[in-house]
Amino acid sequence: MAEVAAEDKLLAALRARDESAFRALVREYHPSLVRVARIYVPTRAAAEDVAAETWLGVLNGIDRFEGRSSLRTWIFRILTNIAKTRAVRDGRTLPFSALADPARVPEAAVDADRFLDPEHPRWPGHWALKPEPWPEDALLAAETRERLAEAIEALPATQRAVISLRDVEGWSSEEVRNALDLSETNQRVLLHRARSKVRAALEEYLNEAGT
Amino acid sequence: MITDAEQLSCQELVELVTDYLEDALPEEERLRFEDHISRCGACTIYLEQIRETISLLGHLPEDSLSPEAERELLEAFQGWKRG
Repeated sequence: MAEVAAEDKLLAALRARDESAFRALVREYHPSLVRVARIYVPTRAAAEDVAAETWLGVLNGIDRFEGRSSLRTWIFRILTNIAKTRAVRDGRTLPFSALADPARVPEAAVDADRFLDPEHPRWPGHWALKPEPWPEDALLAAETRERLAEAIEALPATQRAVISLRDVEGWSSEEVRNALDLSETNQRVLLHRARSKVRAALEEYLNEAGT
Repeated sequence: MITDAEQLSCQELVELVTDYLEDALPEEERLRFEDHISRCGACTIYLEQIRETISLLGHLPEDSLSPEAERELLEAFQGWKRG
């Protein structure tokens, strides 16, 4: 309820042409808009352009916005439309299968060679190389945080967008689904892959650091 | 009681971790997951590592808006305001 009231207030301020309301909105969403735009366009610069164009779309549409969705969802829909149009104009194929049906391309959360053979007579599919507990002091080190950021950056754009919104920014799965127009299952598949890879990257780093 | 034939392998379990944490596993599958975790130290560590990863991600600084981008957007706002 409090959120709805806050959004109504923000909306009224925007419609009254209040610059501080616009600045607050831009600060809150612009980085996420850029990240999501990168699913559709090849470079960071192009993604920045798409985000800037989105804000013009938001301003030009704000008087007509009817509040049938949340303001956030509406802003991300504008972004998606602009990004798609631009990708088509630039002759780029949309990462359709990656976004619409990630489950079609299987990816293991943990390398298969970490496990015993599924046909192993006694321990089928059990760990061959077990994970070791992580030392807490290393986890809290600044360098670990850098590795974490690098691991996110190395992800495919769709996985990067989902894990950033969910785990870095703390959106709910429903909010991410609405913003990216994903099914519940696909949101989860993308999140699963992203988290699995980031965990693996941390493990690799912490094992190195520990030896 | 979960019989041997119904048990998850470790390799299967790691693929269900997100569904488990998202509370998206059907009841029976969730019980198999928890049964495995209660008896497997390595998978307990794996699940803990995923939780630690999520917690660390939550403490990363969010990307912030660059001052140049903010200035340009505010200029666009002023242009729009003048109509």
